Amino acid sequence: MKYLTEYRDPELVEEFIKEIHRITTKPWTLMEICGGQTHSLVKNGILDMLPDKITMVHGPGCPVCVTSVSVIDEAIYLAEQPNTIMCSFGDMLRVPGSKKSLLEAKAEGADVRILYSPLEAVQLAKQNPDKQVVFFAVGFETTAPANALSVVHADQMGLDNYSILASHVLVPPAMEAILSDEENLIDAFLAAGHVCTIMGIDEYHPVAEKYACPIVVTGFEPVDLLQGILMAVQQLEKGEYKVDNQYARSVQREGNRLAQDTIQKVFAVSDRVWRGIGNIPQSGYEVNDRYKNYNARIKFNIDLPLAEENKECISGDIMKGLKKPKQCPNFGTKCKPEHPLGAPMVSSEGACAAYYHYAAQE
Amino acid sequence: MADKIKMQLQCPMPKFDFDVITLGHGSGGLLTHRLLKSGVFDIFKNDLLDQQHDGAIFEMNGKMAFSSDSYVISPIFFPGGNIGDVAVNGTVNDLSMCGAKPQYLSLAFIIEEGFPMTAFWEILVSIKNAADKAGVQIVTGDTKVVEKGKGDQIYINTSGVGLINPKANIHHGNIQEGDVIIVSGNIATHGMAIMSLRQGLEFETNIVSDTANLNHTVQSLVDAFGTDIHFLRDPTRGGVASVLNEIAELTRLGFYLDQKLLPIEEQVEGACEMLGLDPLYVANEGLFIAIVNKEIADNFLTMLRKDINGANAAIIGEVTGDHAGKVMMKSRVGGKRMVNYLTGEQLPRIC
Repeated sequence: MKYLTEYRDPELVEEFIKEIHRITTKPWTLMEICGGQTHSLVKNGILDMLPDKITMVHGPGCPVCVTSVSVIDEAIYLAEQPNTIMCSFGDMLRVPGSKKSLLEAKAEGADVRILYSPLEAVQLAKQNPDKQVVFFAVGFETTAPANALSVVHADQMGLDNYSILASHVLVPPAMEAILSDEENLIDAFLAAGHVCTIMGIDEYHPVAEKYACPIVVTGFEPVDLLQGILMAVQQLEKGEYKVDNQYARSVQREGNRLAQDTIQKVFAVSDRVWRGIGNIPQSGYEVNDRYKNYNARIKFNIDLPLAEENKECISGDIMKGLKKPKQCPNFGTKCKPEHPLGAPMVSSEGACAAYYHYAAQE
Repeated sequence: MADKIKMQLQCPMPKFDFDVITLGHGSGGLLTHRLLKSGVFDIFKNDLLDQQHDGAIFEMNGKMAFSSDSYVISPIFFPGGNIGDVAVNGTVNDLSMCGAKPQYLSLAFIIEEGFPMTAFWEILVSIKNAADKAGVQIVTGDTKVVEKGKGDQIYINTSGVGLINPKANIHHGNIQEGDVIIVSGNIATHGMAIMSLRQGLEFETNIVSDTANLNHTVQSLVDAFGTDIHFLRDPTRGGVASVLNEIAELTRLGFYLDQKLLPIEEQVEGACEMLGLDPLYVANEGLFIAIVNKEIADNFLTMLRKDINGANAAIIGEVTGDHAGKVMMKSRVGGKRMVNYLTGEQLPRIC
């Protein structure tokens, strides 16, 4: 637990809290991008320790939450094909599609497997030459390199029974979509440390400039988050807007070049529909032409009607930071983890799930 | 390990007609008879079983507890034990949590055709050892075999009876505001020992399951503290958080934990961290939660810590009149959060 306990030190936490209280003079609204950060804030009870003037709103950085209903439907369609093994991270299984979830498809007899790495799916394809193996490749820039690598491996091994259903999403276009929304309330961002570990921080400078919005690349532990908040408030109070790096123990300016090269080898930037938000141009990755034989959409000729979002779910407003989970009329009543109206209530990184599981009663 | 070798020498595997369990072994016919004759009856030998009746006939005088549980774990062999140990200890512990002294168990197998005889024998030996250690007798049982693909290797059901210790009065209705919540050892150990072997998750650890019989430990505590022990429960599936949520709901009292007091082995905590699992929801086997009168809490803890099953026991929180029906926790960094029911299975996170 070394390198973790240091970042959960109650004394350090108290010092940061005091300093944030000391320097805050005006009301500020900060958005943490990543669902992992949201959960850490709520789970550790940090929200209640901050000054009243600081409002934390919870961003779209939950890959499960932003995956559109149509893509879930595609995954279920693939899972229900004969002789097909659909592989997914566990988190995706409970998310409702337009008719059912992958978990329900599994209960009805579809071969759905929970894996921990896409490379396991490649092994599964090798072991089952008479079956098609599809990996549900979701996630932000963080998970893209491993998913891309699985395609490279499968190609090197000459496997013609492996493909991926890619639904990758990218952080900077989502930040721009939020900032350019006319109802936007966000004064500063805590950017997602893991995403920046892969991509570096350079792509955030134009966003900070264009929208005059401080961006602090931040980690996930209590001390990280409080230091990130402090750095953002320091900029806001001084009227500055630049990109800062709180998570320097993991994030380098240029990111991880090898991982970026792997992404570029297999993926091309494409438009992507985000659940609750809609289409954001150039905000995702799709398998490129060179590897199109590994694109499950092409391989299986998927052509499903566009599915509609559940209108009762306000996940779009939640992920844009316009509303808090408890402001949703269905929170904890019609919408619970066991029968969710939308993904933010299901995913381990979803904001609604964080409030449902951890938030102290108000 | 030494115990196991000794046991195997004492109980060499008898010569069976087959290397694997076949459908015939569950038919009730000659193969079943031979299997029982050549192995099972010998290893569990006792007067009640030797009656070879349809059921065991015995006398019991007093207030009794009766409990049943089915064991469907995967993998069936894991660091620190196998399904056989868990099948005995699980029912023994359920009876112990009622304040009973477990005495007799039934033992029923559902075995998938093709299950290796050597593995079956190893499980039988573990059952025998666990039963001896707990001081209980296997007095009746059943064996069924299902077709290949219709089961997952082997399932076991055990049921048990025991006499309630006259000094015990264990019921959630006795829990009061001000009571102290004690856990008997490190949490989340069994669940993570199993998780470390799951396909695709194999990570190198020395995590060993905490499976153990708790009856001797609990009986001596009941003898010493009687009705000041208000409630006992072993937090198996669903972990510590689920048990506390159940009793919070039943009692309409509030339960307040302090995260920094939760005992957990460092590598278990590290493994949970890596997989994104909350140790409060991870399964335990040889562990119990005791809710006791505040007055005796320190003495209870001192005695428990001297016991083989209680070296890492700790006070982890208290029962309060606030937040009725809810479990709350003071986080390590001083914040406050709710500890809710778990929905479905805990699934490892994406990133």
